[in-house]
Amino acid sequence: MKLEMKDTPGQLVTALKPISDVGGNIIAIVHQRDPSTPSDTIDVQVVLDLAEKRLNDLLDLFKRHDVHVQRIGKERLIHKRSLIMIGHIMHTDLSDTVDQIDRTGYAEVSELHMVMPAIHEPSTARITIKSANEADMNRAVELLRNVSHRKDILVVEPLEEIA
Amino acid sequence: VKIALIGFGSVGQGVAEVIGRKDLGITITGVADSKGGAIDNNGLAIDRILSRKSETQCCGEPGITPMDIITGADYDALVEVSPTNADTGEPALTYIRKAMDQKRHVVTSNKGPIALAYRELRSRAAAQQVQLRYEATVCGAVPIFHTLDHGLGGNTIQSIHGVMNGTCNYILSRMAAEGLTYDQALIEARELGYAEADPTYDVKGIDTAIKLVILANTVWGLDMTLHDVNITGIDQLTPDALRLAEEQNHTIRLIGEAIYHTGLLRVSPRIIKRDDPLVVDGTLNAITLKTDLAGELTFVGKGAGSTETASAIIGDLIFIRDCYANGA
Repeated sequence: MKLEMKDTPGQLVTALKPISDVGGNIIAIVHQRDPSTPSDTIDVQVVLDLAEKRLNDLLDLFKRHDVHVQRIGKERLIHKRSLIMIGHIMHTDLSDTVDQIDRTGYAEVSELHMVMPAIHEPSTARITIKSANEADMNRAVELLRNVSHRKDILVVEPLEEIA
Repeated sequence: VKIALIGFGSVGQGVAEVIGRKDLGITITGVADSKGGAIDNNGLAIDRILSRKSETQCCGEPGITPMDIITGADYDALVEVSPTNADTGEPALTYIRKAMDQKRHVVTSNKGPIALAYRELRSRAAAQQVQLRYEATVCGAVPIFHTLDHGLGGNTIQSIHGVMNGTCNYILSRMAAEGLTYDQALIEARELGYAEADPTYDVKGIDTAIKLVILANTVWGLDMTLHDVNITGIDQLTPDALRLAEEQNHTIRLIGEAIYHTGLLRVSPRIIKRDDPLVVDGTLNAITLKTDLAGELTFVGKGAGSTETASAIIGDLIFIRDCYANGA
């Protein structure tokens, strides 16, 4: 997110403290003076990792500390899950398999690592899917499971956190 | 406590051997295998029946049947350890019903009857005011049912995850460690006596599914059968699958999974973190329970072996002796 704050000593610390107060994790800070902004304020860009439901708490805290939030950008697809597929992955139209996930609009295939030991023998692939949240991920995995079942491909799913 | 022992294969002999060796207050008054049997209401001499078994393949006299013992011998508890029949549960199911109808407690290591007729046997035991215990059916030496019934008595069990088949776990451990193919690892398991000549029942996940059914029915009072379990075995797995999982610090294990709030019963190979407590090596078994009060608990132990299985059976007998049997 991009923050705008008064250019006075200690202001940066004041601005960053609320992030840790709501359980956020600061990944990077870019602190620079932008010629287009009024001279008594500075812009700070902060990259942080925060549970979505705590975002409003953070925004309230910023407001109280006179920190103006100019922009919030979100990485939409932060959930990742890797699965292993075994079978005739290529010859059962791999691009169709991938497309079915990509076309959903809520999940996409971000990585595919395939091993083909010999012609006519089953190949093995590790497929990584990204989605915005857990529920979408479960829908995408369900879809992959169904598509693979029709194509006689075995899908080995991860044992998610037991919790 | 006086027991009638039906089945005298490796488990039955293991039970007899431990009873003979340790002073546990347990007397065997009847014994039968598929070829014959023996009765002595004052207690059979255990070394005699063991030596007769090794010399003649039969523990007693031909012509004495399990039913003769169940209806004729003087005993407090039937110990039913004949081989599992996953389709019908017979003949064990008939033996168990008959013993209960004569107001005898039942201890069994036989998965067939418990997986197929749990509700019926449970209510029959209640009606006859006898105990039905089957600690040895799941995870061999691990006292999972005693733990669930007593140690975790006040807990709600939210989920069960288990590595419950030593054959599959051995094969997957070897594929992961040595890059063996499934066929190579299976051959090795057979040579070491960890896999049957026909490994279908183990590698297709059926054995794990039966254990899962027994656990779920016991813990949640359900009436599930094998048909309610979504089952995938390990026989299609490739060495590459193991390798791709290992590259990300994970591995693959055959996991039995039961989730209370969704009613899901599933047996399938799963990608699992290598440092998960469920990831045990070789023929070991492991089971993780998620509970509301105690949190998460994992139990690890030997899932098979005659002495290990005898441990579970004798634990059941001691429990019956201490809580229910008159005299001993």
